[in-house]
Amino acid sequence: MNWLEFITFDNALIRNVVLGSTLLALSSSVVGCFTLLRKRALVGDAVSHSVLPGVCLAFLFQGTKDPLVLLIGAFITGWLSLLTIDLITKRSRIPEDAATGLVLSVFFGVGILLLTYIQHLPNLANQSGLDSFLFGNILSISEKDLYVFGAVAICLLTCVWLFYKEFQVLSFDEGYASTIGMPVKGLRLLLTTLTVLAVVVGIQSVGVVLMAALLITPAAAARFLTNRLGPMVIIAAIIGATAGLTGTFISSAFRTPTGPWIVMALSIMALGAFFFAPKQGILAKWIRQRHWNRQIQDENILKAIFQFQLDNNSNDPVQTETLIKWRPMEAKQLRSGLKRLSSQGYLEQNNGWLLTQVGQKRGERITRLHRLWETYLTKYLKIAPDHVHEDAESIEHIITPELELELEKLLDYPEKDPHDSSIPRS
Amino acid sequence: MADQNTTSATPALEVHDLTVSYHSKPVLWGVDFTVPQGTLTGIMGPNGAGKSTLIKSIMGLVEMNSGFAHILGGPLEKVRQQVSYVPQRESVDWNFPASVLDVVLMGRYGKLGLFKRPRKADKEAALSCLEDVGLLPFKDRQIAQLSGGQQQRVFLARALAQDADIYFMDEPFAGVDAATEQAIINLLKKMREQGKTVFVVHHDLQTAPEYFDWMVFLNTRLVANGPTKKVFTQEVLKETYGGKLSLLVQVGDLLAEEGLPPRKG
Ligand SMILES: Nc1ncnc2c1ncn2[C@@H]1O[C@H](COP(=O)(O)OP(=O)(O)OP(=O)(O)O)[C@@H](O)[C@H]1O
Ligand SMILES: [Mg+2]
Repeated sequence: MNWLEFITFDNALIRNVVLGSTLLALSSSVVGCFTLLRKRALVGDAVSHSVLPGVCLAFLFQGTKDPLVLLIGAFITGWLSLLTIDLITKRSRIPEDAATGLVLSVFFGVGILLLTYIQHLPNLANQSGLDSFLFGNILSISEKDLYVFGAVAICLLTCVWLFYKEFQVLSFDEGYASTIGMPVKGLRLLLTTLTVLAVVVGIQSVGVVLMAALLITPAAAARFLTNRLGPMVIIAAIIGATAGLTGTFISSAFRTPTGPWIVMALSIMALGAFFFAPKQGILAKWIRQRHWNRQIQDENILKAIFQFQLDNNSNDPVQTETLIKWRPMEAKQLRSGLKRLSSQGYLEQNNGWLLTQVGQKRGERITRLHRLWETYLTKYLKIAPDHVHEDAESIEHIITPELELELEKLLDYPEKDPHDSSIPRS
Repeated sequence: MADQNTTSATPALEVHDLTVSYHSKPVLWGVDFTVPQGTLTGIMGPNGAGKSTLIKSIMGLVEMNSGFAHILGGPLEKVRQQVSYVPQRESVDWNFPASVLDVVLMGRYGKLGLFKRPRKADKEAALSCLEDVGLLPFKDRQIAQLSGGQQQRVFLARALAQDADIYFMDEPFAGVDAATEQAIINLLKKMREQGKTVFVVHHDLQTAPEYFDWMVFLNTRLVANGPTKKVFTQEVLKETYGGKLSLLVQVGDLLAEEGLPPRKG
C-alpha cells in the first residue's frame, strides 16, 4: 500500500478502510464508557479474550476466513464467557473478580490452543490470516466486510443514543432504575450485548489481546477531563476515533498489525489527558502552584517596602540591599519580583524603589490582613500572640475582600494587633 | 392521581405474611401489617432488624420467600409511578460523572418513559425540588464534591421530583445536621398535609414521637404497628430493642447453617 495514496486519501478503498477503522474504534469507545462506569472493565477484558476460541472454532467448522462467520463464533463465545462468570459467581463462593480472571485465562488458553492447532494443519490453505485476530489488522479486510462492521458500529451508536438516559440511570443506580419502572433486566441484557458487539467489531482493528484497552482507555481518559456523562461520552468518542485514525495510518506505513499502534496512540492521548487536563491535570496544578508562589512573593515584597517606610517614617526610595537586610529574602527572587512589580505598575525605580499608588494600597492591604488575622486568632481561637505570625503569613494572601469585610466587622474594626502594631484602615 | 377505585379508605400499604431471606437466612419473618394513607410513618428497629430489607422487598428489589405487599390496594406494578424510593446513600458510587441536577432529573425519567429526553418543565420541577431540600446553590456541583448529608438530600430531591403519592425513605436523616433535619421533617409534614403517605426509616427515639403519627416496630418479625400514641410504649421499645438475641434469630441462623429454605410461597 502506497503511503502517499494513504495520506492524500486518493484511493477509495484506503479511504474506506481508514474511515471504517475510525468508526469501529469510536463505537467501541462510546460503549466502553458504560462498561467502565458499571465497573465492568475487567469483564470487558474477559470478553475480549474469550472471543478467540469462537473465532477459531468457527474457522474449523466452516473452513473459511469469512469475517462474518468468524464473528458469529466470536459473539457466541463472548456471551458464553459472561454467562460462565455469572454462573460461577452465583453458584459458588468465588468472588466476581476471581471468576472473571479464571474465565479469561481458560477461554483465552483454549483459543491459543486452537489457533496453534489450526496453524499446524497441513491441508488448510490461507489459515495464516487468523492471527490478525490476535493483534488486529484492519488493512487486510475486504470492502464488503467493512461495510458490515461499519453498519454494526452505527447500530451500536444509535442504541447508545436512544437509550442514553436509561443507561445513565442503570450505571449510576440500578436499584433506583428498577423502582421507577425501567425494564432493568432488558436494559442490562442490551448493554451487555452492546459490549460484546463492541468487542467483536473492535477486534477487527485492535485484536483480542489489546481490545480491553480500546474499550476502557478512552473512557478513563475522558472521565479525567470532565465530570459530566454527556461530555465524557463525546470526549471518549473523539479519543477513540483519533487513535483509530492515527493507528491505522501508521500501521499501513510500516505494514504491521494495527492494534499495537492504535493502543499506542490511545496511551499517548490518555497520558496527555493526565498531564493537560484543565483542572486536575498535572500541568494545570503546576501552573496554579507557580502563579500562587509568585503572588505570595509579590505581596511579600510590597508589604516589606510598605512596612519599611512606615517604620522609618519616610517616603524615600528603598534600596534593594536595605530590603534584604530588613526582611531576609532570596536575592535572586527579590530582584525578579521587583522587576515584575515595576512592570506591572506597583513600583517605580528612582534611585531605589518607590511604591506607586496602587502598590501602596496593596502593601497596606496585606499588612492589614496580616494583622487582622493575628488579632482574630488570638481573640477567637485563643492562640498565644507569639504563635500567630506564621499562620498569618500564609492566610494574608488568600483572604478575599468579602472575608476581609466580615473579619473587620467581627473584630469591631480594631486599631491594634496583638503585637501592638497599628492596623491600617482601608 | 390514584386509580379510580382507590379511595382514601384504601390502605397505603398492606404487607401480608412477608418472609424474606438472604442465602436461606430469614431476616424478615411473617411480617403482617397495614398502614393507612396520609400518615407520616416511622419504621423503627435496631441495626440488622430488616428495615432496609422490608423497603427493598416492597420496592421489588429483593425477592420475597412468601407473602405480598400491596400498595394502594394493588401490586407495585400497577402503581409504580405513584411510588417513590429513597435508598441509603451508601448504595451507589458517588464518583459517577453527574451534577446534582443530573441526579435529581433522574426522578423525572419514570414518567417520561423510554426514549424521551427531559424537557424544560422537567428541569424546572427538578430545580424546585432542589430548592425544597436547600441544595439549589449546589445544582452544578459534581456529586462527589458533596458532603454525606448533602448527598442524602440529593436522593431526597430526586424522590420529590417523582411527584409520587407514597414515599419510602431509608434513613434520610443519616449524616444530616439538626437544622436540615428540621427543614426536611417540615417538608415531609407538609407532604402529609397534601395527602401523601411517607415511610421513613429512623433511628432516633427522642425525635420519633414528635415526627411520626404512625409507627412500625420491627425486629426480624413485626413487634408493633399502629398510631404513635398507641404503640410508642415502654414495652414495645423493650421488645424491639431488648439486647438479647431473640429465639427467632437463633433459629434463623440454624436454618442458614443447615441450608434449609424457611418457607415456600
Ligand atoms: N445483601 C445481603 N446479603 C446477605 N445478608 C444481608 C444482605 N443485606 C442485608 N443482610 C442481612 O439482613 C439483615 C437485615 O438487614 P437490613 O439491611 O434490612 O437491616 P436494617 O434494619 O436496615 O439495618 P440498619 O439499621 O443497619 O440499616 C442483617 O442481618 C444483614 O446482615
Ligand atoms: Mg438499613
